[in-house]
Amino acid sequence: MAARGDKLLSVEHLTMRFGGLVAVDDLSFAADQSEITALIGPNGAGKTTVFNCITGFYKPHVGRIGLCQGAPALWNELDALTESGRRSIKTSDGALFALERMPDFLVAEHARVARTFQNIRLFPGMTVLENLLVAQHNRLMLASGYTLLGIFGIPSYRAAERAAIEKAQHWLDRIGLSDRADDPAGDLPYGDQRRLEIARAMCTDPVLLCLDEPAAGLNPRESADLNALLLSIRDQDAASILLIEHDMSVVMEISDRVVVLDYGVKIADGTPKEIRDDTKVIAAYLGVADQDVAKVEAEVGL
Amino acid sequence: MSRRCNVGKVQRGRRRAEPERFAWTAFAAKWFIPFAIGFVVIYPLIVLAVKGRSGAVSWVDNFGIQILIYVMLGWGLNIVVGLAGLLDLGYVAFYAVGAYSYALLAKTFGLSFWILLPLAGCLASFWGLLLGFPVLRLRGDYLAIVTLAFGEIIRMVLINWVALTNGYAGISTIPRPTFFGIPFTADDDGFAARFGLEFFPIYRTVFLYYLILALALLTAFVTVRLRRLPVGRAWEALREDEIACRSLGINTTNTKLTAFAIGAMFAGFAGSFFAARQAFISPESFTFLESATILAIVVLGGMGSQIGVAIAAIVMIGGTEILRQIDFLKAIFGPDFDPTQYRMLLFGLGMVLMMRWRPRGLITRRTPSVFLKERKSVAADLVKQGHG
Repeated sequence: MAARGDKLLSVEHLTMRFGGLVAVDDLSFAADQSEITALIGPNGAGKTTVFNCITGFYKPHVGRIGLCQGAPALWNELDALTESGRRSIKTSDGALFALERMPDFLVAEHARVARTFQNIRLFPGMTVLENLLVAQHNRLMLASGYTLLGIFGIPSYRAAERAAIEKAQHWLDRIGLSDRADDPAGDLPYGDQRRLEIARAMCTDPVLLCLDEPAAGLNPRESADLNALLLSIRDQDAASILLIEHDMSVVMEISDRVVVLDYGVKIADGTPKEIRDDTKVIAAYLGVADQDVAKVEAEVGL
Repeated sequence: MSRRCNVGKVQRGRRRAEPERFAWTAFAAKWFIPFAIGFVVIYPLIVLAVKGRSGAVSWVDNFGIQILIYVMLGWGLNIVVGLAGLLDLGYVAFYAVGAYSYALLAKTFGLSFWILLPLAGCLASFWGLLLGFPVLRLRGDYLAIVTLAFGEIIRMVLINWVALTNGYAGISTIPRPTFFGIPFTADDDGFAARFGLEFFPIYRTVFLYYLILALALLTAFVTVRLRRLPVGRAWEALREDEIACRSLGINTTNTKLTAFAIGAMFAGFAGSFFAARQAFISPESFTFLESATILAIVVLGGMGSQIGVAIAAIVMIGGTEILRQIDFLKAIFGPDFDPTQYRMLLFGLGMVLMMRWRPRGLITRRTPSVFLKERKSVAADLVKQGHG
């Protein structure tokens, strides 16, 4: 099986255009097993577009996105998979997926890539518990015999539902929302909604969790809690995390690797320390040319 | 510290006020449904006792059967509109499919009601799927317009395909349902003669009443069950946020199609019952006004609420019947005064008042499908109404 540090996701030559605007231009990067990879960049750099391509919400114009569950040797099959025109290869060692060919719900169901959204997308009129049960839809659907057996209340469905509720309870304990399980999700404070959305994504048993600005709107204390939650997801649940974030206290503290985008192009890729000292990155964030960085830094007192 | 104490005090004060109200509503919630079901079960007997065997027919038929048909249609449409949040303005098309399926197959092949009832449901849900496919990508106003057009297409086909449907003239002498093989006729082997009773038309009416009651209760039972199954939660999740559904691996195409198909199936059941009860059907019975009435029942009742829909059906359909029965107004306004002419005016007024005071319908709070410690209902302003 895959060990920590094996390649999990490989994005190659990804290009996405909207009319004349090239949102993502020939982007290649990789994310590793059980690591936290951050995708950062100024507003409009194309980070969310990359997420939408990975999770199947957009079909990229050029490029391929491979995801490997299981033995890293499967990566050798990637060219064969691309040639064959199929969506995935399954062997006894695991499975390899061509995410760019899969519709969004199959990316979540089969490739097990879960995501959250920049503007929270919970089911506000359903309770916290119901939100977490909807996330376990496919397993429960199977247990209910695609509804036909469930109508007659077969015991195996009831057992599956109990297991689903237990799993939901486990995640409620993890995010500290056990007391609010029966409250509507729309009633929760903002920070709790953010955490609930992460828990809901984790209820789908993902191998890769894509978080779109999970710390947006959180106070420093909540950000610190979020860091702890994300690290526990990486270490306990062996899920890898791909993270879009502007909050550098989150990015620099927990990321194992940082990829920096600017105008749809990758300008840096490395450890948080390397990124911190990269003049190109600083220039992009300050919005000036590389050679002017020192001058502007002096002006703003950095 | 002191601030926290204050918060505690406020909460305690609030809690003290709540138990009394809570006990009352809990009592009502616990006993309302058994009481309502008990009442509809003994309703024909009450009417028989009060009005006698000849006088009871119109009461059981006009108030009982007629309202129950619309309760069933309302519950069926509630799956599509209330749970899945897909606005369907052509629901009567499936009612028509059910009615014509029963009428044609019973007249042509002489099949019995009990075989044709599920068959009509299957055919209607097949047409539900057919409608579902082209509208999968549509939402909101566009979805409403296409479903409305679909309803009209079905009606136009019924009018113009004269060879099959007999056009405007409709289909008459449709076989009536029998009491497990015993017909409700005045013959020697009819229901009354077999059981040694004097012949009265009321026996058939009461039988039909219990038949539609059983069908309506089946609809309610299945809907309640479906809401607690993953498919029902997926419907409601779809109403809340379709993109979030897709991100969780829910196949929204299949989820929408099952909502259309299951909703249509119940309309098909109701349609075949309608044909069997009337013994005559024509395209006149399946106009857009019918779709609008059923939708009004769902919206007035409170989208997603079973009890609300039933109450709205009683008010809307029973209200029309009561207007027909009011005679004393003739004494005031003269013998030519027909209160039913003012039906739409009154409904319009009622709707305006509803939209002013209860815009989300009679019963607005959503009951969660599952709970951990305590079932708390969800306030209406949090629940989305879907994109259609």
